[in-house]
Amino acid sequence: MTDFDLTQPETHSISELANALQSKSISSMELTQLYLDRAEQLDSKINAFTSFTKEAALATAQQADAKISDGNNNFATGIPIAHKDLFCTLEGNTTCASKFLENYQSPFESTVTQKTNELCLPMLGKLNMDEFAMGSSTENSFFGPTKNPWHLDYVPGGSSGGSAAAVAASLTPWSTGTDTGGSIRQPAAFCGISGIKPTYGRVSRWGMVAFASSLDQAGPMGKRVEDIAHLLNIISGFDAKDSTSSQQATEDYNAGLAQDISGMTIGLPKEYFSDQLDSNIATAIDAAKSELIKAGANFVEISLPSTDAAIAAYYVIASAEASTNLSRFDGVRFGHRSDKTEDLESLYKHSRAEGFGEEVKRRILTGTFALSAGYYDAYYLKAQKVRRLVLNEFKVALKNVDAILTPITPTPAFQLGQKQDPVTMYQNDIFSITANLAGLPALALPCGFAEGLPVGFQLLGDHFTESRLLNIGHQYQQLTAHHLARPTALV
Amino acid sequence: MDATTVKKVAHLARIEINEDNINQYQDDLSNIFSMIDRLEALEIHDIEPLNHPLEMTQRLRQDTVTENDQREQLMQNAPEKADGMFLVPTVIE
Repeated sequence: MTDFDLTQPETHSISELANALQSKSISSMELTQLYLDRAEQLDSKINAFTSFTKEAALATAQQADAKISDGNNNFATGIPIAHKDLFCTLEGNTTCASKFLENYQSPFESTVTQKTNELCLPMLGKLNMDEFAMGSSTENSFFGPTKNPWHLDYVPGGSSGGSAAAVAASLTPWSTGTDTGGSIRQPAAFCGISGIKPTYGRVSRWGMVAFASSLDQAGPMGKRVEDIAHLLNIISGFDAKDSTSSQQATEDYNAGLAQDISGMTIGLPKEYFSDQLDSNIATAIDAAKSELIKAGANFVEISLPSTDAAIAAYYVIASAEASTNLSRFDGVRFGHRSDKTEDLESLYKHSRAEGFGEEVKRRILTGTFALSAGYYDAYYLKAQKVRRLVLNEFKVALKNVDAILTPITPTPAFQLGQKQDPVTMYQNDIFSITANLAGLPALALPCGFAEGLPVGFQLLGDHFTESRLLNIGHQYQQLTAHHLARPTALV
Repeated sequence: MDATTVKKVAHLARIEINEDNINQYQDDLSNIFSMIDRLEALEIHDIEPLNHPLEMTQRLRQDTVTENDQREQLMQNAPEKADGMFLVPTVIE
């Protein structure tokens, strides 16, 4: 381990922070205060947080220090964290970046945050996002957009844009995000950090505000693959409270990182490398392939023909499930209630019209139409058939390859406020939505820059092969330094 | 998508929409469904729909009470309440 530098905790890995805490080079109180100070100083520029939970963070840090003194600690005890603001937490508000939940205080704790709380990971605050996780830029937030720490005029991606920007700007050592169609991986790519969407059911969805229940999955975000592997160890596992939680045994996701990857075969789906891919991203991915070849991996071309149909299927399924899930926001039991109420129906209609932003309304209307009488067979049923095709094609391909490497986005981050019509925005999700449709794990890694903005690639694998993806990713990061680059504007 | 359909869908979704915005919703939803309509061209009659990405079945548990009474906590976020109940406009005169 390098000597611990108190003035720059953000340059250290999670392992180094853990070692510093356990060797008492720094206390959790000091470390938490350092991050709170840094966030206080820099977040006015970035807007990565929807709220800070300073007092609770310091109280947890104090408990963490006591546990470390007593030798009653876990590996990560005392390392601060911040959570996407759709995990319900007893501490602070849970807003989903929506006006509807602006003042909502959850009466229960999500399983993910329960697990980090149990280890005494001080929660610095809650992180900004696209409202109800619907969007790819974090511009659809009631609390204003998050800025990309690499260039403050650019978006950080979304919907977990606050989670990615906060890590990139070292406002937190790591964070949690959620991924329904790329919401961990796309902002990770735009901000130059690492993040994994685990297999569907690997991490409990209990206490996450639901967007599209058959696609939603929580995951860790951090600078290094080894950092997110540590956080995956903490948050994954069976949960009786989530009816879709997997009972498959978890693994130690750090245990296999150092394994040799020589002899592994990685597939390159030709449908993901079309002319529409930005040339800078294509160049950066070519360089990444060269590094992986140096590490002993082989590449073969594969085909996933339903990729184009998948985007249509995704927007039917995600919108339909969203329209159903968001029917719970009625203005009666919690959240925003309109003053313009003549009767029960107008209470519902006005509360929802005032409480939801435009993108959320668009998705609810899309999903409501797709599920309305006479259209079910034409849309939802057909989309589920395409979903089967997408899964089958992945399963066939994964019989012959150990992992699949693809771009995450067709372009690097775009400028804030650059008006795009909804369909153009949706089309940009084409490379990320397929992992959600098929329930596969997908790891996002930074691989360089396009005109000063980070770009990344993703590794997809069969269900429950997180360890292998993290192994390949870690070996890649042993040969490269893209994940260690820091936004100079903020240092 | 015509204005009547947009209004009908907005009613089904219980979202009030302003007359001035109907054109915008017509355009947006028409564009979204033009993209979605690429599903029409696919020959997928024989394909079994996929409900769950891992094709797991719903796990069952014993039919016993697992949660204690949290009425007080759950009522705390209610916009309007009276006597431990949610308050809504008069439904029956």
